[in-house]
Amino acid sequence: MSLNLSMFIPILPELLLLLLGLVVLFLELFLPKQAHRNLGWVTAIGSGLIILLSIPAMPGAQAEFVWGGMLRYDWLSFTFKMLFLFAAGITALFSMNEPHLGRRGDFYLLMLASTLGMMFMASAADLVMLYLAIETTSIPLYILAGFLVHDVRSTESGFKYLLFGAMTSAIMLYGFSLLFGFSGTTDIYQLAVSLRQGALPLLSIVGSIVLILIGFGFKVSAVPLHFWAPDVYHGAPTPVAGFLSTASKAAGFSVLLRVFLAVFPEVTLVWGSILAAISVATMTLGNLVALAQQNIKRLLAYSSIAHAGYALIGLVSLSSLGIASVVFYLIIYLVTNLAAFGIVSIVGSQLGSDEMKAYYGLSRRSPGVALALMVALLSLAGMPPLGGFIAKFMVFAAAVRSDLIWLAFAGVLNSIVGLYYYLTVLKYVYLYRAEGDESPVSISRPSRLAIVVLTFCIILLGTLFAPWFGWAQTAAAAMF
Amino acid sequence: MQFPILSLIVFTPLVAGLLILLIPAERKNEVRVAAIAAGAIALILSTWVYFSYDIAAGGYQFVEKYTWLPALGISYHVGLDGMNAPLVLLTGVVMFTGVLISWGIDDRPREFFAFLFILATGVFGVFVALDLFMLFFFYEIAVFPMYLLISIWGWQVTREYAAMKLTLYLFVGSVIALVGALAMYFTSGLNTFDMLALEQAGFSAAFQRFWFPFVFFGFAVLGGIFPFHNWSPDGHVAAPTAVSMFHAGVLMKLGAFAALRVGIMLLPEGAKVHLPWIILLTLVNVVYGAFIASVQNDFKYVIGFSSVSHMGLVAMGFATLNREGLLGAGVQMFSHGVMTALFFAVVGMVYDQAHTREIPRLGGFRKVMPIVAVAFIIGGLVSMGMPGFSGFIAEFPIFMGVWRAYPWVAIVAAISIVITASYIIRIVGKVFFGEMPEEFAHHVHDVSVLDKVALVVLSAILIVVGVYPQIMVPLVETGVNNVLRLLGGV
Amino acid sequence: MDFILEHLLTLILFTPVLAAAVVFILPREEENLIRWVSFLLSFIPFALSIALWLQFDASKSGFQFEEKAIWYAAINSSYHVGVDGVSLTMVLLTTLLTPLSILASFTIRDRVKSYMILFFLLEMGMLGVFLSLDLLLFFVFWEFGLVPMYFLINQWGSEKGEREIWGGRKIPARQYASFKFMVYTMAGSLGLLLAIQMLGVVSGTFDMPTLFERWTSLDQSLFGLPISTVKSIAFWAFAIAFALKVPVWPFHTWLPDAHTEAPTAGSMILAGVLLKLGAYGFLRLVLPLYPVEAHLYAGALGFLAVMAIIFGALASYGQDDFKRLVAYSSVNHMGFVVLGIAAAGFAAGTENAIIALNGAVLQMFNHGLSAAGMFFLVGVIYERAHTRNLNDFGGLFPLIPVYGGVLIFTSMASLGLPGLGGFVSEFLVVRGVWPIFTLYTALAMIGLFFTGAYVLKAIKQVLHGPLNERWTGHISEINARELFVIAPLMVLMLWIGVWPAWILEVINRAVSMLF
Repeated sequence: MSLNLSMFIPILPELLLLLLGLVVLFLELFLPKQAHRNLGWVTAIGSGLIILLSIPAMPGAQAEFVWGGMLRYDWLSFTFKMLFLFAAGITALFSMNEPHLGRRGDFYLLMLASTLGMMFMASAADLVMLYLAIETTSIPLYILAGFLVHDVRSTESGFKYLLFGAMTSAIMLYGFSLLFGFSGTTDIYQLAVSLRQGALPLLSIVGSIVLILIGFGFKVSAVPLHFWAPDVYHGAPTPVAGFLSTASKAAGFSVLLRVFLAVFPEVTLVWGSILAAISVATMTLGNLVALAQQNIKRLLAYSSIAHAGYALIGLVSLSSLGIASVVFYLIIYLVTNLAAFGIVSIVGSQLGSDEMKAYYGLSRRSPGVALALMVALLSLAGMPPLGGFIAKFMVFAAAVRSDLIWLAFAGVLNSIVGLYYYLTVLKYVYLYRAEGDESPVSISRPSRLAIVVLTFCIILLGTLFAPWFGWAQTAAAAMF
Repeated sequence: MQFPILSLIVFTPLVAGLLILLIPAERKNEVRVAAIAAGAIALILSTWVYFSYDIAAGGYQFVEKYTWLPALGISYHVGLDGMNAPLVLLTGVVMFTGVLISWGIDDRPREFFAFLFILATGVFGVFVALDLFMLFFFYEIAVFPMYLLISIWGWQVTREYAAMKLTLYLFVGSVIALVGALAMYFTSGLNTFDMLALEQAGFSAAFQRFWFPFVFFGFAVLGGIFPFHNWSPDGHVAAPTAVSMFHAGVLMKLGAFAALRVGIMLLPEGAKVHLPWIILLTLVNVVYGAFIASVQNDFKYVIGFSSVSHMGLVAMGFATLNREGLLGAGVQMFSHGVMTALFFAVVGMVYDQAHTREIPRLGGFRKVMPIVAVAFIIGGLVSMGMPGFSGFIAEFPIFMGVWRAYPWVAIVAAISIVITASYIIRIVGKVFFGEMPEEFAHHVHDVSVLDKVALVVLSAILIVVGVYPQIMVPLVETGVNNVLRLLGGV
Repeated sequence: MDFILEHLLTLILFTPVLAAAVVFILPREEENLIRWVSFLLSFIPFALSIALWLQFDASKSGFQFEEKAIWYAAINSSYHVGVDGVSLTMVLLTTLLTPLSILASFTIRDRVKSYMILFFLLEMGMLGVFLSLDLLLFFVFWEFGLVPMYFLINQWGSEKGEREIWGGRKIPARQYASFKFMVYTMAGSLGLLLAIQMLGVVSGTFDMPTLFERWTSLDQSLFGLPISTVKSIAFWAFAIAFALKVPVWPFHTWLPDAHTEAPTAGSMILAGVLLKLGAYGFLRLVLPLYPVEAHLYAGALGFLAVMAIIFGALASYGQDDFKRLVAYSSVNHMGFVVLGIAAAGFAAGTENAIIALNGAVLQMFNHGLSAAGMFFLVGVIYERAHTRNLNDFGGLFPLIPVYGGVLIFTSMASLGLPGLGGFVSEFLVVRGVWPIFTLYTALAMIGLFFTGAYVLKAIKQVLHGPLNERWTGHISEINARELFVIAPLMVLMLWIGVWPAWILEVINRAVSMLF
């Protein structure tokens, strides 16, 4: 195997990201301490530039295996990579004004490292590669979650995340090894063929499915592996929580899609019904528990659990429309939830609280932030003309298409519960009064930029959705 | 390509709303003037399009079609026919008058008008939609600003409860209908959400029988059909005046219209199977609504329940599935919209002055606000179906249709007329005539010129349609013919 | 000129609306201006009806001056108006009484402008009923007339008096009366409304001439019921609505309240014209639409009419309130109208029937004159004495001789004294009915006897007997304006009494065509 330039094209975004990481590292060493905040700009602008520069690296219609079959170069991975970069850039912008966070070069560096891992997760075509990628993603995230070492909650959060992450990761690895044992290969795309030839008893396959599902389920925080999410999100610095709930979750979905569609096409009925049950349980539990939350980060944590459930609907329906709807759902969810967490971080850093009470009278403090929050929450609730409506519409459509009408109804009923608590937050924002709600919330320039971009994207995705959905369809087509 | 007048109507309020958001929050008067200007433009455009419709040609006119999501056959497809043209006009009227009487809103008027206009865009969008997806899209847009409008600017005692109740009820209904719509889309196999194409899809009878109740009730919730009417009086009462006007005047029509457009027109066989028992529910609406209205002591609850009763007549007209019934229902949607907007405007004006809506405590308002009193009386006469006003023009054919289909229902439903008359007379006598209680005698004064303009516009429309029904009926007739064609008989 | 002749009916119908519009733009403070303008404008419809009367060709059968225009094409209803002898007489009565009532209302001080506008709208409503040849249009005006009347009673009615309603709450009597008037009439019209809808659905038209043919020739079963049952129910729906308006015993209880509480001019119109709407409904709709049922149920209707005659007279005799006395007398007199109609329905087409109908229509006209006159005279004395209690008066003749003379003259016309209008019409009714319902007629004679009794009682209590001293110097003679109101009525009463042919000629042709 000889190296040539064309081999680097598929991993161009990864290479550029690595370069960006090095730049950040270098600048941290040489820039004066008070200028470290500007590393956020570097990260954000860098991520944006990478997205632009990656345009030549767009894959063709035909998927290819590169780097010795370790990576698959297709539209699905490319789509997710761009999403991760976007999330990283936005998170950097929001982090800049966080106390103890925005001035730390290592923060940006860790985030970029984690992003790099996610990008490999999205394209990994080999179990070993996949495992390495997952660990590359997770370890920086453990640190990021516990980044505020003087804050007990943050430390607890990081530790908890580490423990559960390591445990599920180990179980997943066990599942991988079983698969390898059954088939004798670690190549994801070969596994399917080998498993079919081996004519293995169903029980062993289902067993390994369950083990692997535990690992992936942790990543996407599906019931019953959701319990870490509220505590971790609650304790972690808000931008990190936003990053966790969006990019990391999307990365989880990307491997879920790839592995299950590629490896287990034969046993779709079995894992289809497992996933359907998980989907319903996830959204129902997420929504119901969210009703009782008094802390906005915990509320968003439970809501993000519920959204994993909605996205699973698309996966369960197992059609090209279904997969496209999952990808599309994730695109919109990522943008929307980033906005929601971004606003929470703005408010939290200004008012020093994430409790609901801090949101009383927000619309008087800052009509703009209130409006952006409304857009984000209503998009999460699934209201047009915002992205969330189309996203939900598509997954429900996929369910109805596959004659899973009961699942569509389950999703529909859940979205009503969701609407209830999102509206409750808006009620606090617009209706309730708090002492001193005349004093405005000031927004820094990077946050304002991020909010404007995200709000614009949410509306754009919700109105002119054809190109984005087309993109999601292309990505989904790469799986079949 | 012709001038995109319908798109202009749909998006004028939205653009106006966004522009208003750009005005600095302190400059409240400029916000208000801008809002009135936008309302006037919407009214002029909708009036223009109403009168430009060519009745002789019939069918859908001013059609615009752009692909939106070709992969799923979603398009932006709008058109005007005899059924929705009056409703577009109605929305223009209510929007304009609603803005006029909202001059006095002092708490964040900028946001108020912006939300109100987003709502208006949603409403216009639903009425002109010819694409099922688009209909849902705008339907939801119309529902959610309601929550904020009620909960922020509403009556403090019940606004949180009522706003949430209303939003959840409507959302439940719409998403259930949405699943039905998706089922239609996939079953048709046409890969299109275009309603004109879906009308020809030829769904099997079993499919239609199964899905019709989901779709019909999903939308009819917003039309206030029994037993899902519960949200409506609470919502009306809690809402600020302009929103009540919009809500009862236009939004309830949205439900009824969508139930017709999607439920009856796309699933005609299902309609034929289910509507014979649904008409009994509408009968409950009509009679029970009127009865409950007559025992209320809160001015606004009376009007709220009267809306339930009158919207029951709309649904009853639909349920007859014959020419007269549908025709009457079409006119009734317009007539009731204007009438109830007038009612809520009056209630709001009285409340603004008296700070109470308890009927026994009010009295003598005629002396200080004569025009308001006259306007209420006109609305009341419309409400009791007095000939010479639009209510009669609408209700008479509905009853004829019911006679044709289910004679006994007509006889029972007629009771509501007497009940309505009795409570309207009671209110007129108590609130506007009689002696003014001492507590109001000094601080109550007449309403502003803008309020008067709004009342005069609304009253004039009720009279014009009542005296000269030809201004609306032939138009509605063309729309009804289209529905009848789908139902399999002309 | 041609235009006026071609659209004479439309002009008559809508000039009151124009008058209302003119009054509307007058300044509110200029009360005298409003009064005079209203008074003068109210002569336009009157003049037009005179022209109509002169142009009307009594020798032709069927409707004349017909006009037809599109109104509500979708349900086959049109603006269709026309007159025959019966409606022409009623139109004349209405347009005559309106200027007189407006003149009688010059003493109204409160919100003159609204009052006058409502009065014109009321006139339009009544004229519309008489002129309509479309069933739906008929109903439109029928119902619409209620509204102004309601407000006239409710707002300008007598200010004194309270009524206890359930729960022991007291409300002003005029509110009670107006509410009762409105709800009774609306409830009565409900059946009418439903029946009209049913007729429209079954026949596919609301045009009366067409309807008379289609509906009567209908013979298949409807709604799973035999056609005779459906028609009987519809007949009673119509009959009750009209009977309420007439009013026929036992549906009359709204009337004494409404009459007593209404302002003077309101009572004049109420008794003079509004009650005729019911009787007109019987003539115009019930007899042609339900010939079979009319024959079948004429006995029952005739019985109610006789009851109205007897009880009306007895109740009237028992009253101490002058206005209530006159009010009950209306029940009594209108009973003769219904009796005539019932008899005609029973013996449709016979000579007796035609005589009875002639009498009935003439009685409508005459009662319009005399009842309006009586209510006006009650109003005149009430304005001076501020009481209507007959026991408070006494011996007023020497104080106000002119008023006394006028009162006696009008009472006698009401009583049916030969030589005055009432006699001719009641005689015709009795003459026509006797061979058909002999027993009823005999019973009605008892009523007629009591009519004499109560009229004489009223005259005695007011004018004769010992003078109640408190009135000396406090009560003034009838003034010129008031005389101007009553004089035309008196002239007509006398004229019809002496030479009824001019009006009977017109009526006769029309009633013989009703069958």
